[in-house]
Amino acid sequence: MKNIALADHSAGFDVHELRRQFPILARTVHGKPLAYLDNGASAQRPSAVIDAVDDYERRHHANIHRGVHTLSQEATALYESARDRLVRFINARSRHEIIFVRGTTEAINLVAQSYARPMLQPGDELLITHLEHHANIVPWQMVCEQTGAKLVVAPIDSRGEVHVEAVVALMNPRTRLFACAHVSNALGTVLPVRRLIAAAKARGIVTLIDGAQAVPHMQVDVQDLGCDFYAFSGHKMFGPTGVGVLYGREQLLERMPPWQGGGEMILAVTFAKTTYNGLPNKFEAGTPNISGAIGLGAAVDFLSGLDRDAAHAHEGALLGHATAVLGRIPELRIVGTAGEKASLVSFVVSGVHPHDLGTILDEDGIAIRTGHHCAMPVMEFFNLPATARASFAFYNTLEEIDRLAAGVERARKLFA
Amino acid sequence: MELNDLYRDVILDHNRRPRNFGALEPADASVEGFNPMCGDRLTLRLRMADDRISDIRFEGQGCAISTASASLMTEAVKGRTRSEALQLFDRVHELLTDDAAPHAQELGKLAALSGVRAYPARVKCASLCWHTLASALRSSNPQVLPAVSTE
Repeated sequence: MKNIALADHSAGFDVHELRRQFPILARTVHGKPLAYLDNGASAQRPSAVIDAVDDYERRHHANIHRGVHTLSQEATALYESARDRLVRFINARSRHEIIFVRGTTEAINLVAQSYARPMLQPGDELLITHLEHHANIVPWQMVCEQTGAKLVVAPIDSRGEVHVEAVVALMNPRTRLFACAHVSNALGTVLPVRRLIAAAKARGIVTLIDGAQAVPHMQVDVQDLGCDFYAFSGHKMFGPTGVGVLYGREQLLERMPPWQGGGEMILAVTFAKTTYNGLPNKFEAGTPNISGAIGLGAAVDFLSGLDRDAAHAHEGALLGHATAVLGRIPELRIVGTAGEKASLVSFVVSGVHPHDLGTILDEDGIAIRTGHHCAMPVMEFFNLPATARASFAFYNTLEEIDRLAAGVERARKLFA
Repeated sequence: MELNDLYRDVILDHNRRPRNFGALEPADASVEGFNPMCGDRLTLRLRMADDRISDIRFEGQGCAISTASASLMTEAVKGRTRSEALQLFDRVHELLTDDAAPHAQELGKLAALSGVRAYPARVKCASLCWHTLASALRSSNPQVLPAVSTE
């Protein structure tokens, strides 16, 4: 019976059982079952995450690292144990290397302002690629303006792939930092980050990887990758919004000045001088998103409890099915056809603007993203104002993809 | 809410065959409108005779709602005075945002835009061209106008 490999029921992976752990997936939209295909923008949360946050709010809330009272100690223990889980989750060396931030955007801004800005000289270069999210472009542009450094952009090809040689060709003695996405949010391209990092390292160039779209789809090991910084967001990996992680190599974090001043990041304050706290607290000024971090810890537990190879295989089957059924629709063009892609499909349909398509699909209970995906240079490269993007998670089904294809056909007929 | 109420025949027709679409040279005013949320852009060019819009054309790319709205708008304001066109802007703005808006007969074909009201995320698509027009008409020096943004 092995010859029929239906993706929804592949060995050891029961998508319907998994879906029951995500309460929101049971709801309807406009009277139709929700087909949530916008996971690249934000993924849904399992009960385990919702319950962890709820339990904290109902039973343990107090400020952390402050009080000697029981609640403060409980809250501190929960918050710090979330950090411990993240250390193991991405294989950091120690808890000094896990900084809680608001999300990927804040993580990159922290590195731009606290690592890059003090070190950059006029004429130095920062290297990124053409398929970055605005969050991995604008913070570097800002720091270039502040320091007189130059932003250099490595090209992509017509499939939306980044070639290692093309990036390496732009690395030179003035290149001080290389930053790129692990997975492109607009196209799904998986970048050859391991080789890119190795090439940068060999030239003494510091590396930052934007892992926002990678962490939900694959096991990430920062020591194995060898990068200096790795940034990701909680809400794209089935955790809460408003919390994320900056991983940084301890030697670099040690040398960096604090990024915001305030409580928690200090050891002693007088009006003459303030002594900063050690890692990771040095970078966590003010009361943090305690419930968010606890929810993120629960999301890590949830992902660690999954058979991630099976989940990855299921996502691969979803991508294959979507590529096939959408590819059969006349006038539909898939944008981004890299050899290795995460489970998302960006596409355009002639005669149907993505915005109209989004509204029509929503009427069928299908949630997709339409627009420029905060990656306007990518859209410009393909000479498109916008695309429609269906991005999948392991809880999506083949049937949802069939509904998506049927909805696209309906839209085509309406505008024909 | 039925999709047919949003994508009425008039809207679909003006999306398929936008009226007054293309360049207008020379023009007395040229303004760009931009919807940063979705990347839609349009350029509106006007020719004025005294205080009257003698010609108006638009170019750009946008969804069906924004294209049809711009097309319907150019038809509706051509030949109107500045203050008449601005009054119409107010009337359309009410139509797009106010559930209690009276079914103004004088709106004519523009009334087809009322279906947008049920789709709050799409109101900006319909109103972009109107804000762009208002910016041109309210300016004392319409040759050097900043782009209009919906954000």
